[in-house]
Amino acid sequence: MCPQATSVQTRPSRYLAYARRSLLVSIWFAILTFPIIVIRANTITGIITWRWHNIGWIIAGTFFGSWIWGYFLERKRLGTRAPAGPLRRRITALRGALDRLKQRPQVARMSVVILVLAVVAFPFLGGMYQTNIMTTALLYVVLGLGLNIIIGLGGMLHIGYIAFYALGAYSYALLNFHFGLNFWLALPIGALVGGLFSLAIGIPVLRLRGDYLAIVTLAFAEITRLVLENWSGLTFGTAGIRNIPRPAIPGIRLTLPQTTTFVYFIMIGLVLLTIFVVNRLENSRIGRQFVAMKEDFIACQAMGVNIARTKLAALGLGGMWAGLVGVVFAARTTFINPASFTVWESIIVLCTVVLGGMGSIPGVITGALVLILVPEYLRAFAQFRMLLFGAILVTMMVFRPGGLIQKRRRAYRITAEEQKVVAESGDLSIQG
Amino acid sequence: MKSLYVKTIMVVLIVCLVAVTGFTAGQRDEAVIRIGVAGAHSGDLASYGLPTVNAAELVAEMYNAEGGINGARVQLIVEDDVCQPEVAANIAAKLVGDGVVAVIGHICSGATFAALGTYLDSDILAISPSATAPDLTQSGEYPNFFRTIASDDAQARMQVDFALDTLNVRRIAVLHDRGDYGRGLAENARDFIQADGRGQVVVFDGVTPGAVDYSAIIARIEQSNADAVIYGGYHPEASRIVGQMRDRGMQTLFISGDGVKDDTFIQTAGPASEGVYATGPMDLSGNPVAMDAARRHREKYGEDPGPFFLEAYAAALALFNAIEIGGTDYDGIANALRNNTVDTSVGPIRFDRRGDAEGVGFAVYQVQNGVYVELR
Amino acid sequence: MNYFLGLFVSGLTRGSIYALLALGYTMVYGIIELINFAHGEIYMIGAFTALILASVLSIAGLDALSILVIASLVAMIYSAAYGYTMEKIAYKPVRHSQRLSALISAIGMSLFLQNYVRLAQTSNFLPFPALIPRFTFLDLLPFRASSAQFVIFVTTAVVMILLTFLIKFTRIGKSMRAASQDKTMAMLLGVNVNRVISVTFLIGSATAALGGVLISSFTGQINFFIGFMAGIKAFVAAVLGGIGSIPGAVLGSFVLGWTESFGAGYISSDYEDVFAFAILVLILIFKPSGLLGRPENKKV
Repeated sequence: MCPQATSVQTRPSRYLAYARRSLLVSIWFAILTFPIIVIRANTITGIITWRWHNIGWIIAGTFFGSWIWGYFLERKRLGTRAPAGPLRRRITALRGALDRLKQRPQVARMSVVILVLAVVAFPFLGGMYQTNIMTTALLYVVLGLGLNIIIGLGGMLHIGYIAFYALGAYSYALLNFHFGLNFWLALPIGALVGGLFSLAIGIPVLRLRGDYLAIVTLAFAEITRLVLENWSGLTFGTAGIRNIPRPAIPGIRLTLPQTTTFVYFIMIGLVLLTIFVVNRLENSRIGRQFVAMKEDFIACQAMGVNIARTKLAALGLGGMWAGLVGVVFAARTTFINPASFTVWESIIVLCTVVLGGMGSIPGVITGALVLILVPEYLRAFAQFRMLLFGAILVTMMVFRPGGLIQKRRRAYRITAEEQKVVAESGDLSIQG
Repeated sequence: MKSLYVKTIMVVLIVCLVAVTGFTAGQRDEAVIRIGVAGAHSGDLASYGLPTVNAAELVAEMYNAEGGINGARVQLIVEDDVCQPEVAANIAAKLVGDGVVAVIGHICSGATFAALGTYLDSDILAISPSATAPDLTQSGEYPNFFRTIASDDAQARMQVDFALDTLNVRRIAVLHDRGDYGRGLAENARDFIQADGRGQVVVFDGVTPGAVDYSAIIARIEQSNADAVIYGGYHPEASRIVGQMRDRGMQTLFISGDGVKDDTFIQTAGPASEGVYATGPMDLSGNPVAMDAARRHREKYGEDPGPFFLEAYAAALALFNAIEIGGTDYDGIANALRNNTVDTSVGPIRFDRRGDAEGVGFAVYQVQNGVYVELR
Repeated sequence: MNYFLGLFVSGLTRGSIYALLALGYTMVYGIIELINFAHGEIYMIGAFTALILASVLSIAGLDALSILVIASLVAMIYSAAYGYTMEKIAYKPVRHSQRLSALISAIGMSLFLQNYVRLAQTSNFLPFPALIPRFTFLDLLPFRASSAQFVIFVTTAVVMILLTFLIKFTRIGKSMRAASQDKTMAMLLGVNVNRVISVTFLIGSATAALGGVLISSFTGQINFFIGFMAGIKAFVAAVLGGIGSIPGAVLGSFVLGWTESFGAGYISSDYEDVFAFAILVLILIFKPSGLLGRPENKKV
């Protein structure tokens, strides 16, 4: 699969090698997919259908697929050492120009204004469906950023994050059902419930690391969902809770499209709040402790960081956001049941974090937007939607394993001048 | 950076207030009639959602081959809601934006609840082949909702009456598959048995759909000396529960609903299915529409139709007929659905004020010599 | 007592079923530390291949036993090929990246394979023929165990012994152990790590396919989604026993199976999965690396 010698070959022979390999790959796939793609057996009537035409598609598809795949894989392997073609040179030039543009303050200001305009105009240009799916994507942005505190900053692999989301949603739904609590009051309560629950399940599992922690969090999330499902007396079970009020402004009656727009802006507000908080958190004392803990557990402990406290802080801070947006989720859908909070949802949130780029705020935002919007826009492919989605996940990870936008660690470079000062005073205090 | 945040937040907040005042509605095309088909088309519940797509396609094809409905071609817009409420709400908004006249779906009751509000707001009808939650029609909150399947309580009533009156059993185990369909059915059955007073619910429990083995719960049923099991759920689990019960030599009677009244059940359970009772829509075996529908399905898709196919076929027929009579506006279709009787794959039906189908007679069937036979 | 024995056998069956899947899981994890989410899909593909083949063969008029043998063998070969291909496409290129990338890649692969089978075959449940013949000697046992249960139990035991033998005493087994401890060092000592990983996937996938054939002829039906739940349960079992350890996977599976069946039998089947996950949490709290897992070596 790995054409090691091809880079030194001449162009025609390289293409020949590609072609030969692609042919082999397509024959391999033709054999591999043969029983499932070609034969369809009806076990009851005993009729076997042979669908030979399918094999043609497989051969053609995998032939070109493997050609393209191999080409890009080689590109990735060679990296910057690849001989620069005209296209690549142009891209490099464009990138340089963009970088220079970014340096200018006017450009930065302009782009912010354009972004703000786009965000504001979106619900009015897009219609209700677009606004709705964008709101869903924004929910996942906050979820992703919250989980990012646990995974990206705290370094704990958590695949039960959706449980806190569920608890936020159910706290609003139930408090509203029994006590008529309104949306705005439920927001902080949901956050509190999410955070506290996250802490509560965090305490017993502090000793666990890596994949053991992952599976335990998954177990907790499933237990939460199953309890929601089975404890009908409290949660109404699978029948769910309906007629949950949408967010309202006192005194104004909103139509459904208007409410949709309103929820969209609530989510924009929450996203901004999250970005602000997470950004501050990263550079705070506790944020540094997170990074230290993630990088080297033992060294960090030796430096006097209280690992247990730091871990719990990450879990609590992370769980809070899920509880918060859980409330928005319940208010927006107006109906909740446990079907929305399966393992699969936790996995999707995990994917947003990894796909976007762990630890990086713009990365996680991009990841969430891509992961939620891509399946929606793939609806045009109807039945093939999830097939393509799976393929896209694999492709993205193979070609950008570090995520779409990788985290850039803040680096401190000592200039010559400072070096002199440092050398003179003998003091090594570096301001961040 | 800080001032930037403040600015952004302020701008967003200001626009937020301006925003909620204006909105433009989607336009509708008169040349084609768009019909949404919504349900689970991927994930674990896809087997219950996809047959509806096939049914809608077959009926639409039939109409389009004859020039469409009143000259307008039928165009189906198929959307996957994975049976999750929030996805259902999103695609409801999408279907509204696409300008559909009515929706065939959704499949799960939960998803249907979540989507109906949006449809109601936009004057769109939904007609479901499989959402059985009683509140969908009985609450009166959703005048735009219709269904071609009986609600949980109607079926549960029938099963309980049949068990207590006809079969004369007293010790009954009630099982369900924890889904909203199965649990609803089972909870109603339990309540009816307890209210009746003659019988006794000896076990009430849920099984995990897709689990590898059900012998633990079966051992408990054996232990409880139940005379009969009432099961709310679908045929894959039912066939395994019955199969394992018969393997252990248990002769406990098995009563279930339309999720099990499916020929696939007999095929998967094999000889163990013999004697199993199931309630289901009346008189389908001799129904020419149903036979024709199944034949066309085999021709087009090369396999037997799946669950809720006939109900979905009926829903599509009733809906298209109503559009033919009442035009494409909400009141016209709704009135036509309520006032006209249509010959469908579940029998001649008409909808009552609440949206339940009248004429979907329910009957108790029993598997005899490998086929479901209606008991009279 | 009879009731207890019944539940015991039921737990044993469940345990053996989980074990057949958990073995492959744990092997792959032991070598490349990847939670192979697509393992359940390989199991599902094995079951489908066997079903298709069995239908073709039964029309050709073969007897039940030879159908069982041929279908199992072909299913194992095909699943092994799927596992091999999957590793080459989705895991090898991300092997040197952060570990989570491989996990996401595995999730993508799982989705892809599920939908591939759904589109190419059907979304409906298909009845799976009972390929395992009925043994009359089992009828004498006081607690009724079906022949399928018996075969599954025996197979699990045999597979576990074979795998343990393979890893402990053969050349490839030694290479596997070397590669799982330190890939670079193993490579320096002349172990072809790529080949070792491929062989691990081949064996793991073949085991999953064998599980697919036996379990499906026990449960009597399959569809494209059976791999997902089974995969998660097998993963839980593997972690419970100490992921990476072959006897651990089997022990973990039995513990899981018994917990579920006694929980369902004595308390409530509604909460069956809750018991399964609760025992996992409990065991990991007291033994953070599973029942038979090696304690994680800390770097200082």
